[in-house]
Amino acid sequence: MSAVTAPRPAGQAGAGPDALLEVRDLSVTFRRGKSEVRAVNGLGYRVEAGRTVAIIGESGSGKTVSSRAVMGLLPASAAVTGSARLDGAELIGLSPRAMRRHRGADIAMVFQDPGRSLNPTIRVGHQITEAIRAHLPLSRRQAHERAVELLGLVRLSAPAHRFDEYPHQLSGGMRQRVMIALALSCGPRLLIADEATTALDVTTQAQVMDLLMDLKSQLGMALVMISHDLSLAASYADDVIVMYAGQLVEQAPTKALFSDVRMPYTRALLEAIPRLEREPHEMLPPIPGRPPDLSARPAGCPFAPRCAGARPRCGEQAPPVTEDGDGHRWACWFPCGKGEGQ
Amino acid sequence: MTATEPLLRVRHVVQEFQVRSTSGLKGGTLQAVSDVSLDVRSGETLGIVGETGSGKSTLARAILQAPPPQSGEVLFQGTDLTRLSRQELRRVRPHLQMIFQDPFSSLDPRWRVADLVEEPLILHKAVAGRAARGRRVGELLDLVGLDPAVHGSRRPRELSGGQSQRVAIARALALNPALIIADEAVSSLDVLIQAQVLNLFERLRRELNLAYLFIAHDLALVRQVSDRVAVMYLGRLCEVGPAAAIYREPRHPYTHALLSAIPKPDPSAPRPLTDAAIKGEPASPIDPPSGCRFRTRCPRAAALCAREVPELRTLAAGHEVACHYPLEPGVPPASPAPVMVNEGAGQ
Repeated sequence: MSAVTAPRPAGQAGAGPDALLEVRDLSVTFRRGKSEVRAVNGLGYRVEAGRTVAIIGESGSGKTVSSRAVMGLLPASAAVTGSARLDGAELIGLSPRAMRRHRGADIAMVFQDPGRSLNPTIRVGHQITEAIRAHLPLSRRQAHERAVELLGLVRLSAPAHRFDEYPHQLSGGMRQRVMIALALSCGPRLLIADEATTALDVTTQAQVMDLLMDLKSQLGMALVMISHDLSLAASYADDVIVMYAGQLVEQAPTKALFSDVRMPYTRALLEAIPRLEREPHEMLPPIPGRPPDLSARPAGCPFAPRCAGARPRCGEQAPPVTEDGDGHRWACWFPCGKGEGQ
Repeated sequence: MTATEPLLRVRHVVQEFQVRSTSGLKGGTLQAVSDVSLDVRSGETLGIVGETGSGKSTLARAILQAPPPQSGEVLFQGTDLTRLSRQELRRVRPHLQMIFQDPFSSLDPRWRVADLVEEPLILHKAVAGRAARGRRVGELLDLVGLDPAVHGSRRPRELSGGQSQRVAIARALALNPALIIADEAVSSLDVLIQAQVLNLFERLRRELNLAYLFIAHDLALVRQVSDRVAVMYLGRLCEVGPAAAIYREPRHPYTHALLSAIPKPDPSAPRPLTDAAIKGEPASPIDPPSGCRFRTRCPRAAALCAREVPELRTLAAGHEVACHYPLEPGVPPASPAPVMVNEGAGQ
């Protein structure tokens, strides 16, 4: 699909040695009256070119806020510190105008609700040509051809006909395909899919994930999938990052995470997933309480108040991120497994 | 009502809506629920799974007579609810309660938690006297794991999603129901909170001998709570049977497609596969396909599927399937039906 691999502005090649996206010590703070809500707290991770990384967490874990910070999509009231480099180019602190040059062209995002992300009064094709012409020096006709090509690329039937339809004439799955076409319109190297299949039916989800996986290898993109669903990560991701209360609590190659979970919070998540193998009426291992209030962050490990294996140290000192040699990282004083801790 | 008679018998329920055509969208008769029959026994959990447009929520509302179905019978404890007057229905409703997906929009944001739970007690004159009602409210909040002293005076916006859903459950339990219809009741909750609420449902089932009609799109979730499972597609039942049998040996191609589309929490499991099991987009419930409504997406569809509506028939003990060419246990499910004539691909 040569036409989709967009010509890139000069001056960006050959920057990063290996990581496509490198996030370091990223923090996001929102002011709410007199209190401060620290939604993301010292997050760091790398995404290598061509990889699929899943960021997993519950509501309020900071998974979406951190990605929006990388995309420069947070409101002005959010204070963002730290660094996010795309191919070596710093994204944090860019002017809105400078950020607009990256957004769409280098890094694009697909959101959960395709119904709300599309303009209901504009034909879907025109929404794509608008994006194309904002970034690429193409004529109206060239942009039209390319939009039809993109609609075909996301496997919409009769793409030339779909071009003239309005969002309400499409099903949820079809709208999400349009959103993906829109995101791909300028050939990004990194696609962030934020709960992109959560609102879809399970069969449609499988079709859209198939499509994303194919497009990723076809176009050589990296994919960051943000989700609450560990099963989705198990099926599609190369690496998994687990976030809790704005922090990275565990990161590992997918197989290692599921076979050798270290952080008790990740284990709790794994045990709470509904499973086909469970017998009816089985009780689930209970995890009491709920995530901490982010405006009054407790000292120590944020999961300690809910953790069955917590010891006094956990409530006093925040655990550093420990790393083994194989890319498995965890933030826990007393990790599970391998005879340590519990 | 005899001891063996089911708590709820739904017989040939049909629900249709007239839809006007709007810009670019076809109007007509939306066949939301077409000839659905099922039973829920006392103390049993029947799970209903289906995707958007399967009619599962419309069916739940038809059972509650909100609105009543166009035709068919809904026998609850032996009484046909479709024949009751408004007033008679009011006397039955306490025994038949519903919990919805979004706890925030089902609770009045201006009311305190204790008042929200007290409301059904006042409306149905279930407990006389303010003091007695207060005690009952305390019991109910305790039962769903909320502290009456702490949470009783809060308003819904001061609660988390899980806590709000507990308040909705306390309201539903206030009048000692025999059956609870839970429509995607845990779908919007985070997985750890979801586990807490599922455990609560389970505890209440044991302690109060509740029956549930548990509606959800998540098959794994339904598997975990249900004794029996019914699978719906475009307003019709595809398959009904014991949960274990349906998940181990799905006989309807649609059930098989649903099961194969679920991502498994195991990286060494194969990726969800759909192409072989299901094709294309769901058909519209306005003018649904003739014959079997799944045939336009079914890899096994043959000429007969377009001509005749497959009736539910019993293939094994308590396991019913509405399919002309059901999957055989032990045979690879992707294999085509005996005859592969696709003449009925259109309408």
